[in-house]
Amino acid sequence: MTATSPASDTRRKAGDVWRDRSFRAVALVAGLLVLAILGLIAYATTAQAWPAFRQTGFSFITSDKWIPSQNKFGALAFIYGTVVSSVIALVFAVPLSLGMALFMTELVSGRVRRWVTYIVDLLAAIPSVVYGYWALTVFAPPAQRFYKHIADTIGTLPGLSHIFGGPANGTSFMTAGLILAVMIIPIVTALSREALATVAQDDKNAALAMGATRWEMLRATVFPRVRTGLVGAVMLGLGRALGETIAVALTIGANHQITSKVFQPGDSMAAVIAHEFGEATGVHRSALIGLGVVLFALTIAINMLARFVTNRTAGAYKAVVRA
Amino acid sequence: MTTTAPPEAPRDPGEWILERAVSPRRRVADGFARAWMIGSVLVALLPLGFIAGYVIYKGIKVVDWAFLTKDIPIVTQFPGGGMWPAIVGTLLITGIASMIAIPLGVLAAVYLNEYGGQQPLARVIRFMSDVMTGVPSIVMGLFVATVWVSSGLHLGYSSFAGSLALAGLMLPIVIRSSEDILRLVPDDLRQASDALGARRSRTVVRVVLPAALGGIVSGAMLAVARAAGETAPLLFTIGGASRAVNLHPFHGENTALPVQIWDNAQTPFPAAHDRAWGAAFTLIVIVFLATVIARVVSSRFALARH
Repeated sequence: MTATSPASDTRRKAGDVWRDRSFRAVALVAGLLVLAILGLIAYATTAQAWPAFRQTGFSFITSDKWIPSQNKFGALAFIYGTVVSSVIALVFAVPLSLGMALFMTELVSGRVRRWVTYIVDLLAAIPSVVYGYWALTVFAPPAQRFYKHIADTIGTLPGLSHIFGGPANGTSFMTAGLILAVMIIPIVTALSREALATVAQDDKNAALAMGATRWEMLRATVFPRVRTGLVGAVMLGLGRALGETIAVALTIGANHQITSKVFQPGDSMAAVIAHEFGEATGVHRSALIGLGVVLFALTIAINMLARFVTNRTAGAYKAVVRA
Repeated sequence: MTTTAPPEAPRDPGEWILERAVSPRRRVADGFARAWMIGSVLVALLPLGFIAGYVIYKGIKVVDWAFLTKDIPIVTQFPGGGMWPAIVGTLLITGIASMIAIPLGVLAAVYLNEYGGQQPLARVIRFMSDVMTGVPSIVMGLFVATVWVSSGLHLGYSSFAGSLALAGLMLPIVIRSSEDILRLVPDDLRQASDALGARRSRTVVRVVLPAALGGIVSGAMLAVARAAGETAPLLFTIGGASRAVNLHPFHGENTALPVQIWDNAQTPFPAAHDRAWGAAFTLIVIVFLATVIARVVSSRFALARH
């Protein structure tokens, strides 16, 4: 250690102040980049989609007639397909994810919990194109036979025929929904776990000490506390499902129609963009970017809502983790 | 010498109650709940086992030295050729994306945790980066396609355009994972550095970031793993028609493993399908390696949780 004279000390301080301010400014710019990118996405895509929006007006989202050769661009069938496949995904993914999250927080600890975490990580690591390709070539053929079986039995019942009625197709809303379910299980599980972790062990022990079984304890002390957190987890899963492109494009059947029958092929916004954007020109191209705008607005709205909900419980979670 | 009784394992009160007088109805309800939890894990294991197993089964038959090192054939109908250009493309595009997104993401995280704190602007940025993790990858691809490739700057297809789209997807993941780690760095360290007279920037670079390095690398690798598997952002940005290695980031089309799977999956030819499985196998190995590295790094350099 060498002693520095007061003069050189102040000089260095002046340099330090400058360095400190510029470092802070650079860090701030990096942070602002997030806002800039989101703003730019909204602006640039809307500007590019404007010709299509101007031509079609409100019918862009109310008409289901998408005929590029006749310059007709109504996205309703794609919006419908996006929503239906995502809702099917939630129906399957939410109970499984919550079950897994409860398994990890309530039933096991240590090594088993770590292993289940690895498994969930690996599920998240499989690329969506691999999911889609596997579902298209390996899953869809036997699925079609299974769907047909359901359509011939449950699908003939009055009322249910609107949902499970035939004809059954291997690539359909159902197949896309199932593969989406597998793809969103990791995020829904992880966020459910975060929510479940906010409940203090003392509270759970109190319920158990009163003689409650594990299930009664969960219903009495855990579920009421984590409801908002779970709602947030489900909504973030929904946001992921709505925006998923490649796996859906390969499995939904690329048939633009609106039907309540889940074994029928359909199409989604993201899938149509993936399939058509490469060759599209003029208004068609603009309309496809318009689909992107609708998709962006939808997913951003859902994500903001979900984050708003989960942030209210996140503080409690962080406190638990630090304790 | 006195022998001590082996310490009893702590009893789980949830198990203990079932050994007592519990009505059948309550017992059955508890049993169903337990079956649901265990069943969920088993059911979720199924697709992972099936998909990973099938990709390995098909991939191993296709992937050999020639597959890994030869150029992509012009005609996909017949066997032969390889995936080398796509492997290089994936590594190049993801690599450039990482060089953009990781430094920017860590810097933004430094702003959020070390400077911004709970200020309104920092809260807005934090909230919006959470929201940004939900931007669909196809929208990010469209965005880069409109402003960079064709309509805006007219720069054409290139690896760099694909990297920009991937970087946009990685950025919020890196920010949020890095900030979570920075938050775990004990304040004692910052205060010790402050007490020695170091400016905040020096404290960050010399004390906080080194302490958080393991966690930051781990989060960054998970972002890399996610980006490497993305197809949609590359479809309209890199062109995909390249059959030979193109190392120039700004000039000429390129291709990548996910794009090759997507293209080959949509042809009716068995040889193309084999190539797609081979590419899928190669891609999964790359992505899993990145994931495993992330895990190993994070356990090696695990920051003591306070």
